[in-house]
Amino acid sequence: MYPAAFDYKRPESAAEAISLVNEFGDDAKFLAGGHSLLPLMKLRLAQPTVLIDIGRLADLSYVRDAGDHIAIGALTRHKDVETSALLRQHVPLLADAAAHVGDRQVRHRGTIGGSIAHADSASDLPATILALGAKLIVEGIGGRREISAVDFFKGFLESALLPDELLVEIQVPKLSNAGWSFLKFNRRAQDWAIVGVAAWRDAGNCGVALVNMGSTPILATSVVRAIADGASVADAATLACAEAEPQSDNNATAEYRTHLAQVLVKRALDTCSR
Amino acid sequence: MSQMIKVAITVNGQQTTATVEPRTLLVQYLRDNLNLTATNIGCDTSSCGACTVHLNGEAVKSCTILAVQADGENVTTVEGLANGNEMHPMQQAFMANHGLQCGYCTPGMVMAAISLVKDIPNPTEEDVRIGLEGNLCRCTGYHNIVQSVLAYAEGK
Repeated sequence: MYPAAFDYKRPESAAEAISLVNEFGDDAKFLAGGHSLLPLMKLRLAQPTVLIDIGRLADLSYVRDAGDHIAIGALTRHKDVETSALLRQHVPLLADAAAHVGDRQVRHRGTIGGSIAHADSASDLPATILALGAKLIVEGIGGRREISAVDFFKGFLESALLPDELLVEIQVPKLSNAGWSFLKFNRRAQDWAIVGVAAWRDAGNCGVALVNMGSTPILATSVVRAIADGASVADAATLACAEAEPQSDNNATAEYRTHLAQVLVKRALDTCSR
Repeated sequence: MSQMIKVAITVNGQQTTATVEPRTLLVQYLRDNLNLTATNIGCDTSSCGACTVHLNGEAVKSCTILAVQADGENVTTVEGLANGNEMHPMQQAFMANHGLQCGYCTPGMVMAAISLVKDIPNPTEEDVRIGLEGNLCRCTGYHNIVQSVLAYAEGK
């Protein structure tokens, strides 16, 4: 199954990539690992006429200790996030979430930046960086700006990235001493989550976000507030869906998802609180 | 006329070149341009793993990679495993343990399994089952496939 025809550009630098996307505008898409974009193109759900292949920009693939946070290049593959010793030490929640993405073959190609820029609420990493309170560094023709994860996800497959902007770095706060848990409920191996939960807790501070519980990844702010106010995990978990807008589909009804999210948030916070 | 691009890909140790449309998938390049038809197309949606090959030594799904993305890289297909008439030890393990039924998933299974054992040299049965989650066997012959991979890992 061929995608629809397109022209192919392979820039040598991020600056050249941004200049190309400015030239071609809305008709162009960045190609990183291609594991979200190419399946959509094969199904004709996306038909960009120009692909700008940034996959070989090696200087956007790194995991670095930056003091209070870990800086991750947008082109870092899931496999390299999963196996990063720095992330395993300082942000194990993110390394573990990356290990849940797709399957081994997918993780050899897919990138953290591609997954986040694709902004699929059913994907594992958008909710995870939301729970972690990550910052996203994006670069456009006018320079760099920073977007907090909470402001990044705008709607179904829609992010705050402007058409001429490239996500270049993800900055994740160190949570070396926090308890953490990533839970993904699905019925088939390698599938998307029917519901997923990314959670961390350090005494009264915690972060909880939900996978596939609305058109965007959902930050469970009511749960976070309840824990801060001293509520028990069981009581806080009853608020799991206060911000969610679950949909019904072939896998589950909205009611089922609502129940499942409460169960998973309780389990995740129990694990974090040990 | 759409854009045409010249690619040079090392496949099973041989330098290959062709001029292709950018939308040409790696699996189509292997099957249609090079006539290396052991790599199968199954689901064509990066789920089933029948098209698994190695790109620079790592298992990938060649239905979800453009040939232009593999330009200048090293690809190994199941045709590249044997040493003359001597099968790769993973192929021998699949034969000895009846690790195939209809055989359609087998090239992808073998390539995924070699990549898995490279990363996890002494896998448990659970490691193998989870590690091969990206490869479907519609004969449901998983038991003997897992035994084959474990036998390979123990015997190497």
